[in-house]
Amino acid sequence: MTSQSSRIIPIVLTLLSYTIIGLLIVLPVALILHEALRQGLHTAFETLKDPEARSAIRLTACVTAIVTVINTAGGIAAAWTLTKYDFRGARLLVSLIELPISVSPVIAGLVWLLLFGRQGWWGNWLGHHGLHIAFAVPGIVLATLFVTFPYVARTLMPYMEQQGRAAEEAAFLFGAGFWKTLIHVTLPDAGWALLSGVLLTTARAMGEFGAVAVISGHIPGVTETMPLHIETLYNGYQSVAAFAMAALLVLVAMTTVLIRMFLERSFRKQHP
Amino acid sequence: MSITLEAFTQYAPRSSRKLLDNIALTVEDRAFVALVGPSGAGKTTLLRAIAGLSSHSEGTLLIDGLPIHDRPVQDRGIGFVFQNYALFRHMTVARNIAFGLDVLPRARRPDRAAIQRRVTELLDLIQLPHLAKAYPDQLSGGQRQRVALARALATGPRLLLLDEPFGALDPLVRRDIRRWLRDLHDRMNLTTILVTHDHEEAMDVADTLVVMQEGRIVQAAEASTLNAAPQTPFVMEFLGETLKFQGTVRSGQFVPDNPDIAPFPFEGPDGNATAFIRPHDVFLLPGAGQASVEKRPHFSNGLFRYQIVTAEAAFEMITPTDLSPQEMQNVRVDISRGKIFYPAAASEDPPKPA
Repeated sequence: MTSQSSRIIPIVLTLLSYTIIGLLIVLPVALILHEALRQGLHTAFETLKDPEARSAIRLTACVTAIVTVINTAGGIAAAWTLTKYDFRGARLLVSLIELPISVSPVIAGLVWLLLFGRQGWWGNWLGHHGLHIAFAVPGIVLATLFVTFPYVARTLMPYMEQQGRAAEEAAFLFGAGFWKTLIHVTLPDAGWALLSGVLLTTARAMGEFGAVAVISGHIPGVTETMPLHIETLYNGYQSVAAFAMAALLVLVAMTTVLIRMFLERSFRKQHP
Repeated sequence: MSITLEAFTQYAPRSSRKLLDNIALTVEDRAFVALVGPSGAGKTTLLRAIAGLSSHSEGTLLIDGLPIHDRPVQDRGIGFVFQNYALFRHMTVARNIAFGLDVLPRARRPDRAAIQRRVTELLDLIQLPHLAKAYPDQLSGGQRQRVALARALATGPRLLLLDEPFGALDPLVRRDIRRWLRDLHDRMNLTTILVTHDHEEAMDVADTLVVMQEGRIVQAAEASTLNAAPQTPFVMEFLGETLKFQGTVRSGQFVPDNPDIAPFPFEGPDGNATAFIRPHDVFLLPGAGQASVEKRPHFSNGLFRYQIVTAEAAFEMITPTDLSPQEMQNVRVDISRGKIFYPAAASEDPPKPA
């Protein structure tokens, strides 16, 4: 009996996993692609050539690039500081880093609006000096930075923790300074974890909706990122255009996931 | 390279607890010193302090007469071997060994060919010339150990610091590497400081033993001095199997509480005291007392073990002679080769729990 059930349970669980993943992940993606291509590939491409669509794509690419670079540097610094040094308040910092994951992105957007909006704390001063943060690109970057900050730090930290400090101390004793240690010792060793964090940040930055929706002001052609533009299109009953853009976003996101998977495999092969 | 520590105290991070307490130590140029003591005694902390790896410290630490932080790390000439080797996992053995040379400022860095030659030379020295392209994960413990040593030697240091370097090795490899290290030390005119919890290993390889306990140096001396004149019961007990006998010093004699142990002459103030003695320094006086002796089955290193049973206690002695049955009857025990310690000293340095 037991041997029979022990043979059946894995099969049932496997089937269940495939069903759940199929229903929750594969089906929506397939539906999006299907909707986007309902009137043919050509029509879908044409909708992406619309000026507002191209503006949204450009803005998303630009914001994602800036955010990924800044958060990679910031995440490395945070993970390094928190795992390689002892100091008062380190634990508090660790929980604070996770805050963006637990706080609703809308709140992040609201906070920036509160600071930089026209009625905000610094809004008047900024207005006088002709600086636009809310309802402008800097605001979108800030909101996205906040939302995606934890990913590099949180993927690096467990790895760096497990690395310990011995390798860094050895490097220091052989005369390697801070940068040489970071570039030649710590990061190559944590390479896979770092890359994973960077790709997660990229994917998350492209898709951020809530925080950006609040602070960007939704100005088509100016402050609309791809996710915002999809919503605008959809609400305007331009479903083919909306799904075409959604499909583009999904494809880019899937590409990052695939890159991650591929790199992980080659990494495993190199370090069995 | 000489090292001088004076009134050197180091605190635990963010607390006033002392990890090293008022350390005074001088290591002469070309000396081979072992820091020994039970775990938690501060051996590794002291070694790291000498390497310049510690913060939160006060007092003097001079390397060749200069404060350590006055000299940039590259110019200190210190090679360090970590307890778990701390090899760089993502680098080949050759690149690990070359690391200290690779990170030198460009002006002082040897060219590629010279670095390559140095690596080959060191690989030959550690007898692993075929492993240049291997990764640390693919090596055995003893091989990693030797690679760590080669890496520490690459920049030609004059001071070699080793933290429990033989800890993870099996006994045979341990002895080989120990001899090899001593040989290297002599050939390359190194000053070497080694941390170990194994006093036999320390005596085998080092000239001077520094016995540490609870962040302090209890005694620093050659092995023979430590054996002949341990300063505290702790040193005595740490350096080998020890028997203890309570008693009293009275008018020039030590009188054990146990009547089966013979009193012996001892010059010192009257009062309670304890005699500490090695099992091989115990002798028997046949026919002089009530104790009985039983032969033990153990026979190691050509020595016999005997269990001595007195009315009050039982303990073991070691002797090279095979005792005859008559010698094992009605004996009294002679511990006149023991060392007497007064309780004041004993309470200052609580003996290590067995």
